[in-house]
Amino acid sequence: MKRIKTLNTATLKKSAGGCGECQTSCTVANQK
Amino acid sequence: MVHTFNIKDKYMALDVNSGCVHVLDELCYDIIRFLEENSALPTDENLCRVTDSLTKYESEDIKEAYEEINALYKEGVLFSEDEYANIAANMKKHSPVKAMCLHISHDCNLRCKYCFADEGAYHQRRELMSAETGCRAIDFLIEKSGSRKNLEVDFFGGEPLMNFEAVKAVVEYAREQEKLHDKNFRFTLTTNGVLLNDENIEYMNKEMSNVVLSLDGTKETNDRVRVKVDGSGSYESIVPKLLKVAESRNQDSYYVRGTFTRYNLNFADDVLHLADLGFEQTSVEPVVCDGTPDYALREEDLPVLFEEYEKLAEEYVKRRKDGRWFNFFHFMIDLEQGPCVIKRLSGCGAGCEYLAVAPNGDIYPCHQFVGNEEYKMGNLSDGTINQDIRSVFEGCNVYTKPDCRDCFAKFYCSGGCMANACLINGDINKPHKISCELERKRVECSLWARAMEAEEK
Repeated sequence: MKRIKTLNTATLKKSAGGCGECQTSCTVANQK
Repeated sequence: MVHTFNIKDKYMALDVNSGCVHVLDELCYDIIRFLEENSALPTDENLCRVTDSLTKYESEDIKEAYEEINALYKEGVLFSEDEYANIAANMKKHSPVKAMCLHISHDCNLRCKYCFADEGAYHQRRELMSAETGCRAIDFLIEKSGSRKNLEVDFFGGEPLMNFEAVKAVVEYAREQEKLHDKNFRFTLTTNGVLLNDENIEYMNKEMSNVVLSLDGTKETNDRVRVKVDGSGSYESIVPKLLKVAESRNQDSYYVRGTFTRYNLNFADDVLHLADLGFEQTSVEPVVCDGTPDYALREEDLPVLFEEYEKLAEEYVKRRKDGRWFNFFHFMIDLEQGPCVIKRLSGCGAGCEYLAVAPNGDIYPCHQFVGNEEYKMGNLSDGTINQDIRSVFEGCNVYTKPDCRDCFAKFYCSGGCMANACLINGDINKPHKISCELERKRVECSLWARAMEAEEK
């Protein structure tokens, strides 16, 4: 029986990014 | 670091360092909580400790659940290591300026009681920015932008539409310059809606990549704080105009943006009222103010506000499913992409990538610092930026802020608003506690909403 459902992949590690072209509430989580 | 939480009997875990979100059964939830509370990892050696402690479960069930947790640990998506402190310490310094807030008007036709901008004047005299100063700011931004192609200019105030001719002149100048310098300008504008008309709406739809429309919620909520110069409420006169903007932009590239205060702790009702009016893009945020005005939020209000966020999240999921779709800015966490780690570590870029310019050409770290002489970084006339102030802001990230280092939400809020930290605590590295508590709750609710939506698929 599977007790854990994982919703997404480990995106943070992959992006560890930095081109600076993204758009500059200072929440950034909702900002390839 | 793993953060576990339970909303409406849905057990969840956020693996902070990988960004992975897990939905659990109660047994896995209890095991992970036990391990996290004891700073232990789900290794084979620790199984006995877990079994001895969680006596309400059968040992066979614990073993089965533990194996699943252990497998995710080995995959690097649960109890994953923090690999970002070194990245934060070595982030590139002296990054180019890429965004600017132009205070095109230090005057306003409303007298909102909670306005951080001193009802538009920023504790200075009421003043409009000249088109000449605005164009000089464009030159300054291009000059300081290095190899950045995408540049942003936000028209802010006060009320920008009180100086609309200057807005148009600055945009026209920037459009000429972007061709010469291979740049791409994105303009945004924040308005209270009082002066909206067919002409300026058409212009904004052509030139503004995003428009922020200020409205706090129901007539009762809005008119208690957002009042005209004569003290009368603004709701009746602005709502039709704001709706016209939303519809003319095809319900995209705008936000109707409200502020909630202690006067409306039931702010979820105000958000839903905005959705009921026909606004699909909403954002309503807590007021932040110094001192103790009667509208200021207090720590004792937090339990009520947490309940409101949960209530809003539940209704948000329900409406997006049943054909009454709307967006709430703080529930928009993108689990599959979102910003890169560098962006999450450094936050809004105030004081280095993002600057604000007052009508007289004075330069500040961001719009909320305007008028604070301690943080004045220079003036457009001399074309330089105070490097000492810039270095202070550039050195800030979630690992330099003691309150952020061990916070599960650090990669979602990026250390919070430095202007608010300065306003409340006198230190840009010491975040405002109530804002932190509310941000953490918003992250939990948005992850819960994502889990609920994933379940529907």
